[in-house]
Amino acid sequence: MILAWMIIILMAGGLICWLLARWNKEVVKWVALLAVLLDLILACSIWWQHGGVPTSGANAWLIDYKAAWVPTYGISFHMAADGLSLVMLLLTYFLGTLSVLCSWNEVKGRIGFYYFNLLFTLTGISGVFVALDLFLFYFFWEVMLVPMFFLIAIWGDSNRRYAAYKFFIFTQAGGLLMLISILALYFIASAQNGAFSFDYTDLLGTTMQASTARWIMLGFLLAFVIKLPMVPFHNWLPDAHSEAPTAGSLILAGLLLKTGAYGIIRFVLPLFPQVTADVAWWAMLLGVVGIIYGALLAFAQTDIKRLIAYTSVSHMGFVLVGIFAFREMAMQGVVMQMVTHGISTGALFVLAGMLKERLHTRDIGRMGGLWTSMPAMGGVAMLFTMASLGLPFLGNFIAEFLILMGSFGSNVVITVLATLGLVFSALYSLRLLQKVFLGQPSSHISLPDLSMREMLIMASLTIAIVLLGLYPQPVMNLVSPVIKGMEKSVSFEMNNHQSVISIP
Amino acid sequence: MPFNPQAVLIVAAILFVLGLVGVLTRKNIIFILVSVEIMLNAAGLAFVAAGARWGQPDGQVMFLFILAMAASEVSVGLALVMQTHRQHKTLDVQELRELRDKTEEYSSI
Amino acid sequence: MNNLLALIPALPLAGFLILSLTGRHLPKSIIAGIGAGSVSAAALITIFIGMQFLQSPPTGNAYTQTLWQWMQTENFSAGIDLRMDALTLVFVFIITFVGALIHIYSTAFMRHDRDYARFFASMNLFVCSMLLLVMADNLVLMYLGWEGVGLCSFLLIGFWYETPANVAAANKAFYITRIGDTAMAIGLFLLFRELGTLNIPEIMTQAPAHFQPGASNVTWIALLLLAGGMGKSAQLPLQTWLPDAMAGPSPVSALIHAATMVTAGVYLIARMHVVFQLSPVAMAATAAIGAITLFVAGCSAMAQTDIKRILAYSTISQIGYMFLALGVGAWSAGIFHFFTHAFFKALLFLAAGAVIESLHHEHNIFRMGGLKDRMPVVFWTFLAGAAALAALPLISAGFYSKDQILWYAWSAQNGNPMLWLVAIAGALITAFYTTRLMIVVFWGDMKTHIGERPGKAMTIPLMILAVLSIVAGFIEWPHNLVHLSLFSDLVQRYLPETLLQEGHPPEIIFQLVAAAVTLLGVYAGYVLYYKNTSILEQWKASPAMLSLRNFFYKGWGFDDLYDTVFVRPFYFLTRINKSDVFDLLNKGIATTSQRLNEWFSFSQNGSLRWYVVGVLIGIIFVLGLQIWG
Repeated sequence: MILAWMIIILMAGGLICWLLARWNKEVVKWVALLAVLLDLILACSIWWQHGGVPTSGANAWLIDYKAAWVPTYGISFHMAADGLSLVMLLLTYFLGTLSVLCSWNEVKGRIGFYYFNLLFTLTGISGVFVALDLFLFYFFWEVMLVPMFFLIAIWGDSNRRYAAYKFFIFTQAGGLLMLISILALYFIASAQNGAFSFDYTDLLGTTMQASTARWIMLGFLLAFVIKLPMVPFHNWLPDAHSEAPTAGSLILAGLLLKTGAYGIIRFVLPLFPQVTADVAWWAMLLGVVGIIYGALLAFAQTDIKRLIAYTSVSHMGFVLVGIFAFREMAMQGVVMQMVTHGISTGALFVLAGMLKERLHTRDIGRMGGLWTSMPAMGGVAMLFTMASLGLPFLGNFIAEFLILMGSFGSNVVITVLATLGLVFSALYSLRLLQKVFLGQPSSHISLPDLSMREMLIMASLTIAIVLLGLYPQPVMNLVSPVIKGMEKSVSFEMNNHQSVISIP
Repeated sequence: MPFNPQAVLIVAAILFVLGLVGVLTRKNIIFILVSVEIMLNAAGLAFVAAGARWGQPDGQVMFLFILAMAASEVSVGLALVMQTHRQHKTLDVQELRELRDKTEEYSSI
Repeated sequence: MNNLLALIPALPLAGFLILSLTGRHLPKSIIAGIGAGSVSAAALITIFIGMQFLQSPPTGNAYTQTLWQWMQTENFSAGIDLRMDALTLVFVFIITFVGALIHIYSTAFMRHDRDYARFFASMNLFVCSMLLLVMADNLVLMYLGWEGVGLCSFLLIGFWYETPANVAAANKAFYITRIGDTAMAIGLFLLFRELGTLNIPEIMTQAPAHFQPGASNVTWIALLLLAGGMGKSAQLPLQTWLPDAMAGPSPVSALIHAATMVTAGVYLIARMHVVFQLSPVAMAATAAIGAITLFVAGCSAMAQTDIKRILAYSTISQIGYMFLALGVGAWSAGIFHFFTHAFFKALLFLAAGAVIESLHHEHNIFRMGGLKDRMPVVFWTFLAGAAALAALPLISAGFYSKDQILWYAWSAQNGNPMLWLVAIAGALITAFYTTRLMIVVFWGDMKTHIGERPGKAMTIPLMILAVLSIVAGFIEWPHNLVHLSLFSDLVQRYLPETLLQEGHPPEIIFQLVAAAVTLLGVYAGYVLYYKNTSILEQWKASPAMLSLRNFFYKGWGFDDLYDTVFVRPFYFLTRINKSDVFDLLNKGIATTSQRLNEWFSFSQNGSLRWYVVGVLIGIIFVLGLQIWG
């Protein structure tokens, strides 16, 4: 029930924001902040109650809530959270709080509708992370899409319409493929079970022909890898990220991309264990292509937000490689990567937003030497660029290290290529730092350094990323029963057919 | 007088073609409406002839329907014509091309 | 005792945190106190622990301390675990002790700088990272320190970030060392796949049982680790970053780019000696790389005119000696050279910094001169350092360590005469360019007016280091002269003993040759730059000599080579694909549907007649189908 409350609080908060905006604009911000904070507290309390309890493999669910919705067609309001969901929920509400905070002064027009959309996007995201009924899952999948479209299309930058449409068409195309797959799975499973059901647990053991399974799996996988995004389906991302308002970029990079990875882990692997193994090699290959290709493109960009967007492509390649390595360690790394990338890239987008607020440009050619006037921001930027290039003692290192070390046992050549991504990440990260903060200060000398509100945002992000780097164990403990449970169904070590190339 | 449905149908066909030619060649909407009326009446004539040929009342029933429809069509049509004339100051169908697809608007996307 | 261990890196870390968070609001005296004080306190604790270690060796010859579990999965775990054994002790002593002296020196050297707090924060962070690197009990934690020093090096090379050249140098250092780091990371993955652990003591015990000597997988591991070491230690072919790294302030060059960080590769190889010993190929590669590097860098040093670049190339060259020693299996000799080198190279850089500051930031040695009598303290301390660098027989620390390496290059198990020949040539070159440096800077006419003279905070560290540059060698004598081997006794608690080949010439011949070669080098420098400079003038006139000089001056053209082979193609590749070739695909889909739209909308032109004709054609078509179809 607590999960349903989370959803309800956000939805109600969004509606109240919209209605309240008619007579008081200040209160709206506080309502939005309160709604997200309340959810953050709820998520923390779940963690507090269940975090320490080691759950055994058979039933990894910490909370399970089910109510009938449309019983005739087997649609139920089924929500459940295991360690993985909980981690993602915590991340959602943490970044959600920050996204409200960083829109505090940035958004001027139609403020009620803005916070309505913001909170509804968060609703959709948190719904996706807890829904266990595929119909409900698809519902939330769409809920997070539409408000995001408005966020980009109304409060975005100059080229916002183009970006919004592109984002919508890409994700919607994937979403429809997923809908077809869900329906196909639903009918096949109900023919076998004799009862209609969209429930995850009912669909889990469905047996079907390999060719059928492959097509259905591809439908799911395409929806998720478009969201992730995987090369060559990544083109919506740079546009959407760079045109969206700061909070939009933060949510896109920090949370929306993670729904893709979450979907693969939660649905694709357990539902189609056999056929997933068949595409594993290709997925890893495309993952590594994404790592290197994204990094090369990031290096070439002159628009700061576009640059950061392409680094996301590169980082999400690691996720793809890690998932399809089918190793426990790599999977731990994937979850860490989802969390730490959310924080570090989110922080970079927030920084870009702050720069844009001060300089009114996103062109890094027109920045430079900003450290002199803004040493605090420079220090924070340094920290997060270092995080994005995977410096140890920051969270991203743990993630990439575990992914790579886990994948190494699975496919040597691909892992070695992925490791080269570390060199490329240094190239683009330092270029960003150099162009923006180092060098000769240009004319705009008297820029204000971080304000208290901005300091609060950056400090919480900094603490989070350093804590995850030095003591990631709580997250890993939460996730490990999930991975162990999955290991049983997917049987991680069955990748004998993969080309395990030993070094001569 | 022997009833020759074939002759009546030929008349109906001539009437129909006349109406059609009117629709195709006239510029003024009112004349086009008149031509449409002629075509309707041609169809009605064909119904009556067919009803007479088979000795059934259905043909005449259909004609009554067509009459009623034509009456309402003319009243609505003339009202539209009035409005069109008020807004565009013309009844030339070659001038009235608002409903065409304007592709150039979308090329920005 | 074990609990004190964590304090050593924690003190500089605390210094870093305080300075980076509040440093901008503190007065300079307090910043200096925190910055230098934290490292000095760490040095005192190290000396205390070291005393204990020497007097009553702990069980297993190491102190260990577990701080907390870092990460743990089903089959992998890494902790924040510290370890102090004999090898670590040597490194920690150098890092904290030399580090403290350099910090004290910096309090005066940097006193006019605006970003005083940022400087000491970065320096403290560096010391902390370096300490973690050498105190780590597992390779992951070591990798943390390894990357951490890379970061600090980046921060400090680019300390004066407003000059684009400095930033470029900082980036270059980070990129090139990162290449090595990546190779090392792959080595770690391979090591983990083979052994299932990255814990150093476990690797040491399990590796000999698990690997066949000379097996391909252990060779790969060793070579990849070596590549990591080559990046950090600026060995060929990853050496090009170090000369440029001189863009940082002089104390930084002294601490990072001479005394400590660049020897991380030496530490890594010594630490993983079991793995290297299992692979003769990797040992030979280490020795060969060391030999080639020491020669190439030595030649480059001869042609430089920037005082710090001369010292930078000499650093590369001296680390080459260390690699050579490790490669031939003379483990303790390599570490001993690290030990003495840290003192005299830090001294040389600090003294050079004093000279540069006094001469209004003049770096070119040919615009210096005549400083012998005007800056006597700097002169005498510089002389002590230069003597050690040139390895003047018997009176300098450098002699004792380098002589060992030269002797083992031939006689140790993996040694051979070729290696010795290169090393002895390197010794000649070293003596020559050191003499050149001394004469040009301190003798002759004064060419630049002296500004501010160094104060006590700068000269006292110089004097301490000068004394150490002379006496540090006395703790380890050649076997045939005096039976005193304190240093090798200490480090051989961890490192294996140096094994000798059968049938090599007696040691005394090597010593005499080495001494003679050194003196010859000094004499050559004396003749060319002091006594008879006309020979030099003749050389300058000859185009062959001039192009050779330019070739050396440019560091054998490695920068140009990399520029052509890597940098330019990379820039080209990224530039042509800036707008993302995959986007064409999506744009193609969009354009296609737009074109189709245009075609179809041609039919919807708003003409009523057109529509009627369309309807008519449709009807006729349907009727036609009915009748004839």
